[in-house]
Amino acid sequence: MSAHYPALIILIPLLAAFLNTAFVWLDKRLCYPTTVLGLGGSVYFCIRLLLKVVGNGTMAYHVGGWAPPMGIELRVDNLSALVLLLVSVIAFMNIIASRKSINEELTFKSGAFYTIYLLFVTGLLGVVATADLFNLYVLLEITSLSAYALLAMGNQDRAPLASLNYIFLGVVGASFYLLGVGYLYIMTGTLNMADVNSLLPGIAGSSAVMVAFVFCLVGIWIKMGLFPLHTWLPNAYSYAPVSSSRVIAPLMTKVMVYVMIRMMISVFGLDFVFEQISLEGWVVALASVAIISGAVMALAQKDLKKMLAYIIVCEIGYMVGGAWLGNSQGMTGAILHIVNDAIMTFALFLVLGNIVFTRKKTAIKDLRGIFSSMPWTMAGFILVGISIIGVPPTCGFFSKWYLLLGGIEAGASFFVFALVLSSLISAVLVFRVVETAFFSPEDGGHEHEKAALNEAPVSMLVPLGLTGVAIIAVGIWSGYIVQHIILPFIQQGIS
Amino acid sequence: MDPILSFRPLLAVMVSMLVIPVLISSGKKPNAREAWTFAAGLVKFGLIVSMLPAVLQGQEYLFTLSTPFPGVPIQLRVDALGMLFALVASFLWIFTSLYSIGYMRGLNEHGQTRFFVFFALALSSTIGVAFSANLFTLYLFYELLSLATYPLVTHHQDKKSKISGRRYLTFILGTSIGLVLPAMLICYHYAGTLDFTATGILSGQVPTPVLITLFFVFIFGFAKAAIMPFHSWLPAAMVAPTPVSALLHAVAVVKVGVFSIVRIVTGIYGVDLLSDLHIGPIAAGIAAITILAGSLIAMSQNELKRLLAFSTISQLSYIVLGVVLLSPKAMTGGIIHIAMHAFGKITLFFCAGAIMVATGKKYLSEMKGIGRRMPITMGAFFIGALSIIGVPPCGGFISKWYLALGTLQADQMPLLIVLLTSSLLNAIYFIPIVFKAFFVPETDALFNAKFQEAPLCCVIPLTITALISIWLFFYPQPFFDLARMAIN
Repeated sequence: MSAHYPALIILIPLLAAFLNTAFVWLDKRLCYPTTVLGLGGSVYFCIRLLLKVVGNGTMAYHVGGWAPPMGIELRVDNLSALVLLLVSVIAFMNIIASRKSINEELTFKSGAFYTIYLLFVTGLLGVVATADLFNLYVLLEITSLSAYALLAMGNQDRAPLASLNYIFLGVVGASFYLLGVGYLYIMTGTLNMADVNSLLPGIAGSSAVMVAFVFCLVGIWIKMGLFPLHTWLPNAYSYAPVSSSRVIAPLMTKVMVYVMIRMMISVFGLDFVFEQISLEGWVVALASVAIISGAVMALAQKDLKKMLAYIIVCEIGYMVGGAWLGNSQGMTGAILHIVNDAIMTFALFLVLGNIVFTRKKTAIKDLRGIFSSMPWTMAGFILVGISIIGVPPTCGFFSKWYLLLGGIEAGASFFVFALVLSSLISAVLVFRVVETAFFSPEDGGHEHEKAALNEAPVSMLVPLGLTGVAIIAVGIWSGYIVQHIILPFIQQGIS
Repeated sequence: MDPILSFRPLLAVMVSMLVIPVLISSGKKPNAREAWTFAAGLVKFGLIVSMLPAVLQGQEYLFTLSTPFPGVPIQLRVDALGMLFALVASFLWIFTSLYSIGYMRGLNEHGQTRFFVFFALALSSTIGVAFSANLFTLYLFYELLSLATYPLVTHHQDKKSKISGRRYLTFILGTSIGLVLPAMLICYHYAGTLDFTATGILSGQVPTPVLITLFFVFIFGFAKAAIMPFHSWLPAAMVAPTPVSALLHAVAVVKVGVFSIVRIVTGIYGVDLLSDLHIGPIAAGIAAITILAGSLIAMSQNELKRLLAFSTISQLSYIVLGVVLLSPKAMTGGIIHIAMHAFGKITLFFCAGAIMVATGKKYLSEMKGIGRRMPITMGAFFIGALSIIGVPPCGGFISKWYLALGTLQADQMPLLIVLLTSSLLNAIYFIPIVFKAFFVPETDALFNAKFQEAPLCCVIPLTITALISIWLFFYPQPFFDLARMAIN
């Protein structure tokens, strides 16, 4: 049984998606339980899988029993097991939190939403688990296509246009990636990652391989929204229904960072990336610019949704920069930040979802007095906020620590400066919202009337609470994650 | 001697955090809520005192929560220096709680539950700083304290407190993220550890220019110590309700700042390394400037709480000056001054608040003749002022005496003159207040009733802290022993 875990985690949501298609016609009320069960099953097997992989080492699974170079291989090592768990848990919690808002935001489209949502999660899990370059492309397109649909579904007028913009750029990104894989296939005659990795040293000097790498990289960067290729991101995320953006924003970009790290370590190899290509100086500089401009653009936003979107742009810079610092600290920071940032972004969008659900308005100036009407939601916001700023013991601090340390070790002073600056700007971002929310109605003084409590429903607060606990727990015990999951993976990659 | 592994340090830190849910749920019943605050305060103080005997015998308590980074655990360690600070802070919390009841109810403040909740959180972080075993744990609680005090500073939720709160965060978070965090990482990068050890962790590991730069980055980075030019958050923070100014901005928060600097000097650099670097006198010079400038600015204030704030800025630098002089007597004096100044200054703030509750006055120009209306309060004020000036029979004399001896021991005559001048300046701004209160006839229009003391809940704490200030002159032993152990 346990040998089939890598396939099960992907198959269960996929089957649930097919079932849902039927239920949409038969009885719509069945869609929600099916979705919850499908994602719950995925979570369960992801936990089992992570425990098994951390205990016994990498698991390989040959789809349909066909041996690797010909057949498709799923391969789950420490890193992919970690990201798989992250994806499945966040997808699961989001569907719990979305129960009420889906009915409100999407009304008659809810059946379609559940189906596409499951396909999206299937795609993401597949992207993380696969060990085949072309299979990765296929799954990536499944993910992207469902993401386009999910983002365009809302009743906001501009959502379809924003999503269309995303499609155009997404297709360009996918084409770049596919071209890169094509070059690799021509040069090596194989699509299996491990196979490519073992064949590359002989032909590493060839310019075709270099071009392949750069094409793949650019494709991935477009999909993840690295500055200056991020232009699709803010609108797509902020006009979408919260039920969609809440899962796409934390997961899509993070999984793309995962793909980038996978390409660097498992496909091309760190020797090739840092010795042959040696673009690290440029990439780290680009990442630093991404961090600063993301933070500054977030500062310029008047709407909470847009602000969160630009915070994502900023955080992507953290991870790309960390991965390209070329030392173990930086890579640790980047991987840890995949986990932390997914949790933080998810928490931020949960807060956003609660505000949208009760207040409908998300302009920062409309948040006046929200502290007394939604105390729990705002407590959550402050917790995530200090994690984004990077205050211990919240998780955001710990990845920032590794990133800063990696930056100091690599002598990348501009990157260190960008990180510190963005922490300071984040403090302004967070406390600007807090100020608006806390100091009102204007000039309170002693004659404060307590605004009526108007909190989001429990089904939306519980996921926020759990995520809040995760923010602190993952922070305090991040040493465990680094020692037992991340470092073994990086050491494997180096040797 | 091996440290005692124990949950007690964690409990001592967490008690006031654990009581928060109870405080929130009993928010509608103020008496029950305050009872819980007292319970937490007593338990906290009891736990800390229970560790005192062993610490006095040179033992240490140790608790490790987790190890997020190799070589850098989240760890609590109770040693002499931390014990001294924790004793003062947790003891005064009990009286401040009593005082808060009188003050908050006397002024009918809003959001009292929030006030007590964040006060409790602030105390947890303060004790956390006191018991931190390494710089990282200290930083963790330091930041927590900054965030926990923000809602207290901005308690009134009006425009003025909003602006002050902004300044408060800008200075305190800005320096801790912008200066301390990178400096801490550079330390870790070179030394591979951040533990406070008797010999320091940096000697022989780091190039000298980096060492010197880092030292000043730390001194200014811990802006809670209010060394100029990073001091202006403290007068701004005076918009907070007076109990906050009293305990947090005369004792807990500001002393967390100097305490962190003491830790950097004794635990990270080590006395030997610093004396080799010859930067003590420069740092002492910076502190001396703050001492004099703080006192001078205090003289020109009309608002009592702002005057006290500038006086605090000046007195904090006494501690810094004593510690960076590196001579044993000066260091002892500096460390005891943490306690002595705490009792004196909290008395003064309590008095300022009592005057506000009883008469609504906060400007000195309105306080003529107030001594006859509020004899107990102004009597306590007089004692507190004497302690700050450093006149026997008050505790402040002891620490200033040792500081003065220390400057001689370090062969720094100019600094002795600075200390004496500053004492003179203290007298110049404090004595007229007391004089006017008792001997200048009052303007009739100012007060209604003849005898107008604040509620008992306010008067009792300030009387007790004033008496303790005197008592400490005769029996400074526990603090003295702890300070001596801390520098050995």
